Amino acid sequence: MGEHPVVSKTGGALSAEDIAANFDDLHPPLNAEQVSVEASRCLFCHDAPCVTACPTSIDIPKFIRQIATGNLTGSARTILSANIMGGTCARACPTEILCEQKCVLNTGEDNPIEIGALQRHAVDHLMAKNHLHPFARANKSGKTIAIIGAGPAGLACAHALAIKGHTVKIFEARKKPGGLNEYGLAAYKMANDFAAREVEFILGVGGIEIEYDQALGHDIRLEDLRLDFDAVFLGIGLGQPRTLGIEGENLDGVQDALQFIEKIRQADDLMQVETGQNVVVIGGGNTAIDAAIQAKRLGAGHVSLVYRRGRAQMGATQWEQDLAAINGVSIHLWSKPIRIEGKGKGKGKVQSITFESTRLHAGKLVGTGQMHTAPADCVLKAVGQNLVDDTLCALKRDGGKLMVDEAGQTSLPGVFAGGDCIASGEDLTVQAVEDGKVAAAGIHTYLGGQNG
Amino acid sequence: MVKWLPLAFTPILGDKMADLGCSIAGIESINPFWLASAPPTDKQYNVERAFAAGWGGVVWKTLGEDPPVVNVSSRYGVHKDTARGILGINNIELISDRPLDLNLREIEAVRKNYPDRIIIGSMMAPVEEELWKSLAIKIAGSGVHGIELNLGCPHGMCERGMGSAIGQVPQMVEDTTRWVREVVGDLPVFTKLTPNTTDILLPAEAALAGGADAVALINTVNSIIGVDLDQMAPTPVLDGKGTHGGYCGSAVKPIALHMVAEIARNGVTKDLDISAIGGITTWRDAAEFIALGANALQVCTAAMLYGFRIIEDLNDGLSDFMDAKGYKSIEDFRGRAIPNTVNWNDLNMNYDLKAKIDQDKCIECGRCHIACEDTSHQAITMQANEKGGRDFTVVDAECVGCNLCQHVCPVPDCITMMPQENGLPYLTWPEHPKNVLKAVE
Ligand SMILES: Cc1cc2nc3c(=O)[nH]c(=O)nc-3n(C[C@H](O)[C@H](O)[C@H](O)COP(=O)(O)OP(=O)(O)OC[C@H]3O[C@@H](n4cnc5c(N)ncnc54)[C@H](O)[C@@H]3O)c2cc1C
Ligand SMILES: Cc1cc2nc3c(=O)[nH]c(=O)nc-3n(C[C@H](O)[C@H](O)[C@H](O)COP(=O)(O)O)c2cc1C
Ligand code: SF4
Ligand code: SF4
Ligand code: SF4
Repeated sequence: MGEHPVVSKTGGALSAEDIAANFDDLHPPLNAEQVSVEASRCLFCHDAPCVTACPTSIDIPKFIRQIATGNLTGSARTILSANIMGGTCARACPTEILCEQKCVLNTGEDNPIEIGALQRHAVDHLMAKNHLHPFARANKSGKTIAIIGAGPAGLACAHALAIKGHTVKIFEARKKPGGLNEYGLAAYKMANDFAAREVEFILGVGGIEIEYDQALGHDIRLEDLRLDFDAVFLGIGLGQPRTLGIEGENLDGVQDALQFIEKIRQADDLMQVETGQNVVVIGGGNTAIDAAIQAKRLGAGHVSLVYRRGRAQMGATQWEQDLAAINGVSIHLWSKPIRIEGKGKGKGKVQSITFESTRLHAGKLVGTGQMHTAPADCVLKAVGQNLVDDTLCALKRDGGKLMVDEAGQTSLPGVFAGGDCIASGEDLTVQAVEDGKVAAAGIHTYLGGQNG
Repeated sequence: MVKWLPLAFTPILGDKMADLGCSIAGIESINPFWLASAPPTDKQYNVERAFAAGWGGVVWKTLGEDPPVVNVSSRYGVHKDTARGILGINNIELISDRPLDLNLREIEAVRKNYPDRIIIGSMMAPVEEELWKSLAIKIAGSGVHGIELNLGCPHGMCERGMGSAIGQVPQMVEDTTRWVREVVGDLPVFTKLTPNTTDILLPAEAALAGGADAVALINTVNSIIGVDLDQMAPTPVLDGKGTHGGYCGSAVKPIALHMVAEIARNGVTKDLDISAIGGITTWRDAAEFIALGANALQVCTAAMLYGFRIIEDLNDGLSDFMDAKGYKSIEDFRGRAIPNTVNWNDLNMNYDLKAKIDQDKCIECGRCHIACEDTSHQAITMQANEKGGRDFTVVDAECVGCNLCQHVCPVPDCITMMPQENGLPYLTWPEHPKNVLKAVE
């Protein structure tokens, strides 16, 4: 569809076709001609800065050169050997703060190489070919590893272990694999059921089994897994959305932004996903931006994103903020929510939300006492997620997250972890993939194998 | 005609002083740009479009005796860079496949319609005196300004004993040139040379001996442009088979420049007029050929790739260049680079260059480093700096001044080759102390 949404041409509601168009690819794939022109711009830098900026260290000059020479399958293999979720990352990476930010052509031509778009072209080519899986497994090692969570971290770890010849069993609490690739990333980044297709592709390597409806702490226990398996990897993400801790948070029409996005991602019919005439999104990260844009693209009336600090402190990148603006989201800064008001007395359907203006005072955020109330029939909370605590008391923490060493091992020997549940880099798909990869190498060593 | 120009620009237009008129083999042309004998000059329709666009002359598509040849389809293959640019094309076309008389009548018509433009008749025949003479007379009768002998076609026609089969044998070059010379009176004779020889001076001297007023070069370079890896046949593939063809376009320009220069600086041929051909695509290419002695220029591939209106910038750019340099006419700078085109043995061995990197312009791509490190003299170091970037530095003691880094650097003027003041005299290899032969002397 592109960055510009379809808007109502009559002032009336969006049609089903309009909405379908709004949830198609945000960045449609480049065509062959665009790819060849873009690939040939790449300078094939030595020790390229773009590679250093990719959390999974994909050999970018190499894969782009392979595109330019017409070796698309080889290009995809280069990408996938460093990042088995190269397909999702090509769609979802905030490249403007990763590889593309470091491309030397920012200086050279004021225009970096579209690395993500090229990456997508190569990986899509390989996946479309319905080929044999591009990587072969080593001889069976006889070792078995339990992985908790079939998100990017868990799947990347599983794939890397499978290649080393190990047998992997993934325990997943939900009914579908993919983690936030399936439930959380914006729909227009993952059009045409890409998350599910990618998981199927990854599992094509063999040696990986997934059991669904198996939640650690409910259906299975870490102690048992440590006995039954040679090693354990935790890739459970951050399950617990933070609350605002204010009055009216439980009113009808107030929900977590993640819940809202999940409804969109899982909807059979997007027309059935409710938004509102006055949607207020609270938060300043990319979840807030994604929720606001998707609400707008569903046909919501006014969509405001309200953040308690300034632009510079927003987690969302400049590009994401611009995208929100293009999509008609208005951003309000320096306002913190105080209270959500309903129709009845603290009950029923949400009607408005009251904010207090804020400012920085001696480095601390303080309220100014000035209040304003905005009408709201839909409030989406996007103020971050925490690690679900209850099941993993035995493991040491680092900040609010699990502590791991360089090999990805937690404070319990043989128990590794990665992805959003550990404190590594930013909470991004590509970082989760890297964590999974690092932990797989750590586990392989732990089991007496040689990496290299 | 300039219809309207903002006032401020008028004086600049007024400054355009250079005269693009040129003279070759006694022929005066309004500009040095002619279309070479090829599809663009195949018939009246194309040639009149070319003249309307502003070309100074054409060399008509090569004529032979009837019955006309029959061409195949497909006829072209191309050599592309990765960014869809065409470096060169290769053709397996023969000479004109239309009746001789039709061509001659059309030449007459165009001569009437465009009296100020030049038409040269190109011809080809088997190596028999009578055949060359009778055909030359017929073509001369159509009112052309000159005759060009096509002794260069390296495909198809050569298998019939013509084209490069003649051009590769100096005696035949001389004979055919003389035969034509003898029957066309004062009409200028151009002998068009093939580059598919080991020493271009041999056919050039033969043309001179045969009485040519000018040589035209180069014709196409014999080549196989590529192989279709599915059909396992050379491209273009015709029903499963392919053949070698004639390569032309930008890629052959360096070959043509060299051959033109050899003729221009050779004692015997230096006064022979030269119609330079081979990859001319921009005014800059044109200026380079003129600087090496060309009197006029011919263009084929560039017109085939972009159409006739490239003549606008060829004229305009050349004229601006001449204005900027203060050259009032083509003669003013023609051949200026010849005295500086010397043999390797005449170069100064004491001249010393060192690469210098402009750190403000460097975008840190590392290309210079890896080129030098892997394939040259390990003279550019790469070191992490405090800003999280990399510093690339030339180690003067290791730099031999080869220029490789400057060429691979993607940023214009970022790497400069700096001449080193060493106070040493001009010293050639024959005079060099390390020259063993000299020591023996
Ligand atoms: C709304 C939103 C938008 C985002 N957009 C982007 C984006 O555009 N680009 C980007 O790079 N990143 C984005 N991210 C971040 C990215 O999605 C995460 O960093 C990434 O998914 C983390 O992967 P993970 O494997 O660690 O965790 P998750 O993807 O959260 O996967 C964890 C898996 O573990 C399962 N699980 C959890 N607890 C248990 C348990 N107790 N037992 C069994 N299974 C369990 C879960 O069901 C899930 O399948 C976004 C995040 C959100 C919330
Ligand atoms: C399709 C094609 C047909 C040609 N036919 C002739 C020809 O009939 N006679 C001739 O003398 N040269 C012929 N040439 C050679 C051109 O006149 C010219 O010498 C050559 O292409 C190099 O110039 P360029 O690089 O500008 O194309 C032909 C070239 C091409 C591409
Ligand atoms: S994975 Fe993401 S950061 Fe890495 S190269 Fe691909 S698009 Fe860039
Ligand atoms: S920095 Fe840019 S130009 Fe250099 S290799 Fe990476 S993508 Fe290519
Ligand atoms: S090639 Fe040029 S831009 Fe690249 S590192 Fe060297 S000097 Fe800098």
